[in-house]
Amino acid sequence: MLSKSPTVPHQFDDAGQQREAATMGMWVFIATEILFFGGMFLGYAVYRCAYPEAFAEASRHTLILFGGTNAAVLLISSTTMAFAVRAARENRRWQLVLFLLLTASLGCLFLVIKGFEYSKEISERLLPGPSFHIAAAQPAKEEMFFYIYWLMTGIHALHVTIGIFLILIFAARACFTNAFVNRDTPVDLLGLYWHFVDIVWVFLFPLLYLVDRHS
Amino acid sequence: MNNNASPPRIYILNGVALLGLLALTIVASYLNLGVLNSIVTASISVASATLILLFYMHVRRSKPLLWFFVGAGFFWLGIMFVLALSDFLTRRWR
Repeated sequence: MLSKSPTVPHQFDDAGQQREAATMGMWVFIATEILFFGGMFLGYAVYRCAYPEAFAEASRHTLILFGGTNAAVLLISSTTMAFAVRAARENRRWQLVLFLLLTASLGCLFLVIKGFEYSKEISERLLPGPSFHIAAAQPAKEEMFFYIYWLMTGIHALHVTIGIFLILIFAARACFTNAFVNRDTPVDLLGLYWHFVDIVWVFLFPLLYLVDRHS
Repeated sequence: MNNNASPPRIYILNGVALLGLLALTIVASYLNLGVLNSIVTASISVASATLILLFYMHVRRSKPLLWFFVGAGFFWLGIMFVLALSDFLTRRWR
């Protein structure tokens, strides 16, 4: 394994081993995130098994145009993030900055679209609480769907927000310092986080928006 | 220096494949496939996630020890789901 960086902390044999240890640590963190989101997915599964008709009906009230567009936006942002990681590996500083800013912009676009979607849903009285109203046979069960919808999309949006801040900090450091010159592992780990957030949406989107569109 | 960066072509192809799967899952949800609807949707989600894991998160070119760490998270998730849903999963057997 060739090492470009002359200084490797003494506990590592070489830069390759240091990278492997860092990547593994990131995956341990992602495993905790999988279980964190997993608990909410489990809650969703239990309620959907208990109230299949109410979930199918409530899902038809979600705004698929917003959700679908956002799914595409996040997938494209994962592609730009993959290019950012690649630029860091090849030590192309300005390409790295460009792709990080592109990724952050797509993340912002996701949040803006989500914001319009939320506001439309609030005006349609789909926010659980005293003002919740849905024309259905079992409104309480459909309200449960929307509890889960707001909780999961909200926590996902929080992850996107954290990701955008991290990306912007990385972009600024890449732009104004030599932090990532010959040292691309941090960018690699940031990429893992961003791709994980994308994967969560890959599962959330069909579970929330596509339960029963055909009837 | 690193053995797991992929050529740009791979990233573009992966992105196109992911957008194709997204379109496919939306189209499939508007067709009445009966019980198959859930299976198709779940399979497409798993396929998309696998593409992201293998090509964007570079698991494909990682060492077996990393596969173990990646698998551990999903393995615990599987245990949580199977045990928690054991009642729903076995009700029809009674």
